[in-house]
Amino acid sequence: MTYTTPVPITDGHFYAGSSLELRDLTMAYGDIEVLREVSLEVAPGTTTCIIGPSGSGKSTLLRGVNRLHEPKSGDVLLAGESVLTQKPDAVRKRIGLVFQHFNLFPDHTALENVALAVRHVKGLSKAESRRVAEARLEEVGLAERADHRPRDLSGGQQQRVAIARALAMEPEVMLFDEATSALDPELVKGVLNLMAQLAQRGMTMLVVTHEMGFARKVADQVVFMDEGRVVESGAPSDLFEHPKSPRLQRFLSEVL
Amino acid sequence: MDWLDNLIKTFLDFEAMWLVLPQLLGVGLVNTLVISLAATAIGVVLGMIVAIMGISPSKWLRVPARVYTDIFRGLPAILTILLIGQGFARISQQIFGPSPYPLGILALSLIASAYIGEIFRAGIQSVDRGQLEACRALGMSYGAAMRLVVVPQGIRRVLPALVNQFIAIVKDSSLVYFLGLLVTERELFRVGQDAAVLTGNLSPLVLAGVFYLVITVPLTHLVNYFDDRFRTGRRKPAPPKSGLDELEELTPTPALTYGSNT
Repeated sequence: MTYTTPVPITDGHFYAGSSLELRDLTMAYGDIEVLREVSLEVAPGTTTCIIGPSGSGKSTLLRGVNRLHEPKSGDVLLAGESVLTQKPDAVRKRIGLVFQHFNLFPDHTALENVALAVRHVKGLSKAESRRVAEARLEEVGLAERADHRPRDLSGGQQQRVAIARALAMEPEVMLFDEATSALDPELVKGVLNLMAQLAQRGMTMLVVTHEMGFARKVADQVVFMDEGRVVESGAPSDLFEHPKSPRLQRFLSEVL
Repeated sequence: MDWLDNLIKTFLDFEAMWLVLPQLLGVGLVNTLVISLAATAIGVVLGMIVAIMGISPSKWLRVPARVYTDIFRGLPAILTILLIGQGFARISQQIFGPSPYPLGILALSLIASAYIGEIFRAGIQSVDRGQLEACRALGMSYGAAMRLVVVPQGIRRVLPALVNQFIAIVKDSSLVYFLGLLVTERELFRVGQDAAVLTGNLSPLVLAGVFYLVITVPLTHLVNYFDDRFRTGRRKPAPPKSGLDELEELTPTPALTYGSNT
């Protein structure tokens, strides 16, 4: 997938992304450790792409950040504060997560999908939450599809609704869990473009992806993981042009 | 053709049927519907509580729900009805008066709730886990996620099974006669049975049976209709649309279009 660099944006809408830091994060399913002492820093308003073979613990890492799966040890700091000492629901309000399979609510329209949490978590009025949802759908180019149910939308449109749903909560950090892996090839670009826009507009993003073009062009930092550890990380140009570890060299030769 | 005459007189004596028809309509049908609908309503409420407890992360809620379900699903309906109807007669007398009617409804409700609880549990658990995950990721509490997203989807899927359960309740409601109902409280079976005993002719019972079928058969077909509808969905056929058109959707401002440097 070729990915083109967006030109800088000039209009007004910017996000206030917070910093995110993982310190020796270790996560386990039962006795099996799937993530071992992962440390990484994401500066405010920057994008970090996590790449690596399947089973490397990438998705688990994202679920540790917002505590959908409780870390075994280590710490996650959002805007400098540990998320482990806060209420999970309070943390999740500040962190958006976009899933591989969208996980839209099938019995809600696109607008209702976006408005639901705004209404019931943020506590806005019905009219107010609809207004927020309309604005967010507009932002992802789906204002005209507001009253469609998910099954009447393409995969790409569904994923953009899911992104709007996360954005509507005004998160400080956005997590993407292979957001384009379930899409038809021609629809991938639309979603990636949207993600690139978010990055440009100052959102802090942690993106698990197999789109190497996106990682190369949009990421400020690329992290290569394998077997639950960070093997190599750095600027995209370093990682893609001069991979040091044999593991990463091998991985890149397989996927590029 | 003596035997044929006999058969017709035994089962299809229209005169006997005609005589019992007002009672079957005015008393029997009304009571059968009242008992069944009341038991279903209470059963749905109790069943939902049992289902929510049954899928709770807490063992202290799960285990009692399991035991409750096992007991009321495992016992013969007639035994439960007699135990509840006679065992609680004294307490019931203070609240509802001497009629065993409310206890009959209660017993049927308890039995129904065990089955309905299992139906709801299966429905809720069939909802994709990603739905709960998506809600939680948005900061919703477990309770809000269940109430707003997961449970409504689960219920919709089991509507056909619920109608089936209502049919079972309608049939089981005939067992309430064991508790000894007042004349005006008799349901279809009892009205037909009384008339049959009185006339020495089974035709009133046959007519009572016809009434049961009039309630249950249309419902059975309604279930099939629902089932088809839920399986195929309500999707309107739409002309095929190229995925390439979608790429146009996302160019909100000229400043965001891509440069020619690529």
